[in-house]
Amino acid sequence: MQKEQKSLIDRIWDLFASVKLAIVLFALIALSSIIGTIIEQNAPAEKNILVLKKIVGDEAAPTVYRILESLGFMDMYRSWWFVTFLVLFSVNLIICSLDRLPRILNLVKEPIRPLDTEKKNFPIKKEIKIKKSPEELKEPLLKAVKSIGFKAENSPLEQGGYQLYAQRGNWTRFGVYITHLSILIILIGAVIGIFFGFKGFMYLQEGEVSNVAYSRDNRPHQLNFSIRCDDFDVEFYGITEMPKDYRSWLTVIKDGKEVMRKVIEVNKPLKFEGYTFYQSSYGMVPNAHGIFIFRVTGQGGKTETVLKRFGETFTIPGTEIVGKIINFSPALTLDKEGRPYTYTEMMNNPAVYIEFTEKGERKYGGWILKRFPKTWHLPDGNIVEFIDYWGVQYTGLQVRKDPGVWLVYLGCIIMTVGLYIAFFMSHRKIWVFVKKDGKQSSITVLATANKNRGAFERKIESLISKIRSFG
Amino acid sequence: MDNSMFFGIATLGYIFAMIAYITYLVSKNRYVGLVATYLTIVSFAFHTIAFLMRWYEGYIMGLRSFWRPPVSNLYESLVFFVWCLMLGYIIIEFRYKNRAFGAFVTPIAAMILAFIEMTGLSKEIEPLVPALQSNWLLAHVTMSFISYAMFGLSFATALIYLIQKTEKKTEPAYIFWTFSVGLMIVILLAMAIDYLKFHVIATSTEAMKKYLFRATFKSNSQTIVALSWFSALSIIGFVWMFGNYLKRIINTFNLSEQMLDDITYRAIAIGFPIFTLGGLIFGAIWADQAWGVYWSWDPKETWSLITWFVYAFYLHARLMRGWRGKKVAVVAVVGFVVVLFTYLGVNLLLSGLHSYV
Ligand code: HEM
Repeated sequence: MQKEQKSLIDRIWDLFASVKLAIVLFALIALSSIIGTIIEQNAPAEKNILVLKKIVGDEAAPTVYRILESLGFMDMYRSWWFVTFLVLFSVNLIICSLDRLPRILNLVKEPIRPLDTEKKNFPIKKEIKIKKSPEELKEPLLKAVKSIGFKAENSPLEQGGYQLYAQRGNWTRFGVYITHLSILIILIGAVIGIFFGFKGFMYLQEGEVSNVAYSRDNRPHQLNFSIRCDDFDVEFYGITEMPKDYRSWLTVIKDGKEVMRKVIEVNKPLKFEGYTFYQSSYGMVPNAHGIFIFRVTGQGGKTETVLKRFGETFTIPGTEIVGKIINFSPALTLDKEGRPYTYTEMMNNPAVYIEFTEKGERKYGGWILKRFPKTWHLPDGNIVEFIDYWGVQYTGLQVRKDPGVWLVYLGCIIMTVGLYIAFFMSHRKIWVFVKKDGKQSSITVLATANKNRGAFERKIESLISKIRSFG
Repeated sequence: MDNSMFFGIATLGYIFAMIAYITYLVSKNRYVGLVATYLTIVSFAFHTIAFLMRWYEGYIMGLRSFWRPPVSNLYESLVFFVWCLMLGYIIIEFRYKNRAFGAFVTPIAAMILAFIEMTGLSKEIEPLVPALQSNWLLAHVTMSFISYAMFGLSFATALIYLIQKTEKKTEPAYIFWTFSVGLMIVILLAMAIDYLKFHVIATSTEAMKKYLFRATFKSNSQTIVALSWFSALSIIGFVWMFGNYLKRIINTFNLSEQMLDDITYRAIAIGFPIFTLGGLIFGAIWADQAWGVYWSWDPKETWSLITWFVYAFYLHARLMRGWRGKKVAVVAVVGFVVVLFTYLGVNLLLSGLHSYV
């Protein structure tokens, strides 16, 4: 016997066209990914040495760490060998699909042919007899087959009999290929994002304008426009400390003109010229001096909005009562003895202490809390609403530009469609033999489906009961 | 009346249903079987009512919008998982007209609900922090649990398949299933001991993390640690020794292997696309909307991807390589173990960004 000699290229092609390699790669990628979830990625060395100490003991840990680090495990998903797995995976996917494509194309293009004989063993086979001649049955049968979605052709048999046959969903055999293609599209999108995208952050104090974002390693990244933070606010659930929403009021300024305004929240970012700005964090600017904003209503009903700094005074409209801001707390609460104190440096419950005088004489003083409208009402019926203490908080924005993201999304949509076709649709074929049997006709329905045969069988059963009603 | 009372009734109902199914399995008495089915359906109805009530309560308390079904913390997601699992089971019972399988599914449901009671998991209806107020996240969580329930069903059938098909104690597949079952018993026992020792009121995953295995494998006393390992190995050995008794009981039931393999495959064939869309794609879209990165290799994401690969492995091995029988059943069992780790293990054992579920 002569052994067939294959060229090297053929052998490489065969390797990459095999599903065996795919299975090996699934296992390799899955197993190596596990390591990356145990070792914290891009973390300080001490942290992972601590983890390793628990696994391999105190002595070996530093050495093991060094070995793992040199193999790229500390930034594993970007290491040369992990990337190699992904590349092999993609090549496998491409070659495997190309290798099978001609065969699938044939399968899809091939028209359905009448069967030579009624095969004995067929995946789905139903028989029925009807008291009518084959000729009389032809029209109703064609209609019945059409009602379950098949446009049948007709080929004559001897003695006035005939065979109807049809197929449907031959193109669904592409479903798997669509799924595989979508994986490649997603990977291409991800690669474009890595090479041409930007990921960074930007911190803006209320009122601040900037056109520079910073990458993770703190390099500045110039934008072609500026972002201004007009305001920042945290909303809480009722009187709890549980934040309900963080909001930043942003304005985009390009060539000196305001071109866009948007209030962003977590899950509702701002998009401009390919960049996206996400609400990601916030905080207090140390030693900042902001502006208190009050809406003051005198007893007479006159309302005024006043903007004041710490230590400044204002007059309640329609009266001669003067308020002076003498204390501020970003988060005021009472201790057990009922004394006020500040429980955090964040603006969780901003409060301002205002002392009121009339013609130089002290009338009263007290804390006015932004989140508690009850405290806005003064003893004499005047109202001081505490609207905001502006200019002391900053908003932390995550900035991203990713020109590949649309490909990733496109890939996701295609994958969904592909999986739907691959799992829930099938290539179905049907043959109906009609033969003369004395005064009756004997009808045999043969059918196959490459997937979900049960569902198709139920459909065939409904066809049979329809045919039964002809007799 | 509040939702927890209805959940309580459902929990008790599932436990009685479990007893009835097991009795049915052993006695084959038709009436016991009917009782088991009725108990399951009634419990499921209570479960559904409780779920809807909790949804409505969150809404009228002003903590959640009307469009937020209660699936956002560990307690709620476990309850929802059990709901999907039981729905799937009921459908299978009626489709395949076979109840034997209930003896394997109801224990999963009863165990999870008992786990909730025992660990005193917080049942507060909590308001949502901003990052969680997303429809993508909602779709992500809901669909993930539907697919997990499907994988859970495939796990049960694949396990029965393995139990039925293995003959010798030295056979790798026999060792595999007895080891898996033994390990699960060990973990559940260890958690029960944690509870007895510390009476953990696990209001958060943080607290559970702190106490997990503290009474056994992670105890301060070396003796207890050694004893724990010894007991664990003994339990696994015990299951290995006497696993064939379980097999004998199951064999009396004449579950067709074809049917078991078929249900395993079908459950995965439904679960896989749902998991891909809901678990991976919607998860990525949510992360993209909330943080500006659709993929960050955080442990939870990575474990979801591992889950995906294991089931892709299953599908390709079964369809393309023609793996049949025990080999693919092992993959299906491994798949669900990975699902459990993704769902609970990552939060309890690994740390990450997704600290809430
Ligand atoms: C994680 C990535 C992958 C996913 C999600 C995936 C998904 C699928 C799905 C859903 C099917 C159809 C199963 C069915 O008919 O029910 C399939 C079939 C197949 N896959 Fe994959 N696949 C992946 C990677 C690969 C790779 C890397 C290869 C490379 C060899 C490959 C080769 C095949 C082949 C040859 C088929 C059968 C196609 C046919 O029916 O002719 N797959 N895949």
